[in-house]
Amino acid sequence: MAESRKAAIEVSGLNLWYGDFQALEDVNLSIKHGQVTALIGPSGCGKSTLLRAINRINERLGYVRTTGSIEVHGQDVLAEEVELTQLRKEVGMVFQRPNPLPLSVRDNVLYAYRLHRGGRSSRREEDEVVEGALTQVLLWDQIRERLDHPAIDLSLEEQQKLCIARLLPVKPSVLLMDEPCSALDPEATEAVEDLIWQLRGEYSILIVTHNMAQARRASDESVFMLMGKVVEHALTGQMFVTPKNKETADYIEGRYG
Amino acid sequence: MSSFRATELDRRNQRRERWVRGLFLVMTLMLILPVLIILGTLAWRGHSVISLDFLLSFPTNGMTEGGIFPALVGTLWLVGVALVVSVPMGVAAAIYLSEYAPENLLTRSINLAIINLAGVPSIVHALFGVGAFVLFFNFGTSILAAGLTLAVMTLPVVIVSTRESLQAVPQAFREASWSLGATRWQTIRRIVLPNSVSGILTGVILEVSRTVGETAPIMFTGAAFFLPFLPLGVGDQTMALSLHLFTVSTQVPNVPEALPFGVALTLISLVLILNAVSIAFRMYLRGKKKW
Ligand SMILES: Nc1ncnc2c1ncn2[C@@H]1O[C@H](COP(=O)(O)OP(=O)(O)O)[C@@H](O)[C@H]1O
Ligand SMILES: [Mg+2]
Repeated sequence: MAESRKAAIEVSGLNLWYGDFQALEDVNLSIKHGQVTALIGPSGCGKSTLLRAINRINERLGYVRTTGSIEVHGQDVLAEEVELTQLRKEVGMVFQRPNPLPLSVRDNVLYAYRLHRGGRSSRREEDEVVEGALTQVLLWDQIRERLDHPAIDLSLEEQQKLCIARLLPVKPSVLLMDEPCSALDPEATEAVEDLIWQLRGEYSILIVTHNMAQARRASDESVFMLMGKVVEHALTGQMFVTPKNKETADYIEGRYG
Repeated sequence: MSSFRATELDRRNQRRERWVRGLFLVMTLMLILPVLIILGTLAWRGHSVISLDFLLSFPTNGMTEGGIFPALVGTLWLVGVALVVSVPMGVAAAIYLSEYAPENLLTRSINLAIINLAGVPSIVHALFGVGAFVLFFNFGTSILAAGLTLAVMTLPVVIVSTRESLQAVPQAFREASWSLGATRWQTIRRIVLPNSVSGILTGVILEVSRTVGETAPIMFTGAAFFLPFLPLGVGDQTMALSLHLFTVSTQVPNVPEALPFGVALTLISLVLILNAVSIAFRMYLRGKKKW
């Protein structure tokens, strides 16, 4: 599925309305394969909305209307025949507040795996999956003794890493992360950032962040949005040193809040 | 300037504070008082007739002697039928309304209808039961007709309490589950229901305990003053505790004074036992909660 030539996510002419309110306006965006792309912009500019349009999680709100197109690896995700289950297997999402399911650590890691596998898997298979996923998020040594504990008993940092780990067993290619570190303290933030950076390459990552230092440190490209529109999209190094737009510069320098 | 001493204004506020608090305390005590008096009176005056024999034998001598066995059995039948119908329907409807229904005019109308239905007096349900189940569906006066009438009466409350339990499960869990590719049903089955089942069951059991005491809805639809035999199926009529209490209290001459109290004591004990089970169950399940 993953052709490195093609963009991981290709958004063209995307408009989105919540009822009468237009939250996204003619968004055009090409997210490169295997890279970390940071999505920045002031509160309410539509970053979460864009993310939630890509895995179509916003659809349960009956009043959302979308026009334009979103392609993941060249396939239109807004098409009639798209099976949401398959889309969400390919496109994982990490939320702002760590939201482990009210299950044990182990069952959290295996949740999506079991959903998509169909039929029962053996204990050994599952053990391997759990160890693999937790190892990939650098959590295995730390919580291997606590696999049967409720996930909610973990620290916030561990919870957020677990939320990333539970995506991995179904082998997604795109990870959407909506301010994954904003509920964490600086140290935990750094740990999760490091992790995200490690996942780069194998996964194409689109990450919303409010933290300029984070965007700057931990992304290949950056996208700046304002009032539902994409204002600037450039290599991160470039955008933070020589932004092309005045709005971008103002925002980066903290003149927007 | 200030020595942190109470000023005249502070003292006035404190007096008012004490007064208001006292008033609320008295109101609360007054609330408990009738319950204690009722329970005390029933226990005091009714305990002498309670015995295993009383619970397990038929009324004799024009219902002035003997036990309440057929009424006890009948109440269990009626509540059983009501439950078997109202719980699956009510829980299913609540799941639909909470987890599937889009927010639109139809859903709002249904919600409004449910709330209004919960406020319909039980005597109106009784008449509905006669019209619908006894006559139209031609079930006759039977356990089936009376149980269905009770079911209709309890449905809105089952729906409302179940829906509240479902809504208490944080939305973040649902989103997490959906975003991992789970369908609505998989999410309900694996996440929402396991985390709301204690609330749902508690609501259901409390509802049952209310049903046990209902008299009007069963009086015209399936309960009889006296029957010399036990019901054998849902097509039969039956005696019931609540109606039996009414009968021995007001309809039969020369009843020994303790007898109605004994029947009432049995009835209320049944309710209290159910409530206790419900509370114990909730505490047990809450201990297992994962968030
Ligand atoms: N569920 C919703 N219903 C209606 N309006 C919404 C909803 N979610 C977001 N919005 C509006 O859409 C705009 C963009 O919101 P959002 O995408 O959450 O911004 P961001 O993530 O950049 O802070 C805001 O003006 C917000 O008020
Ligand atoms: Mg947001």
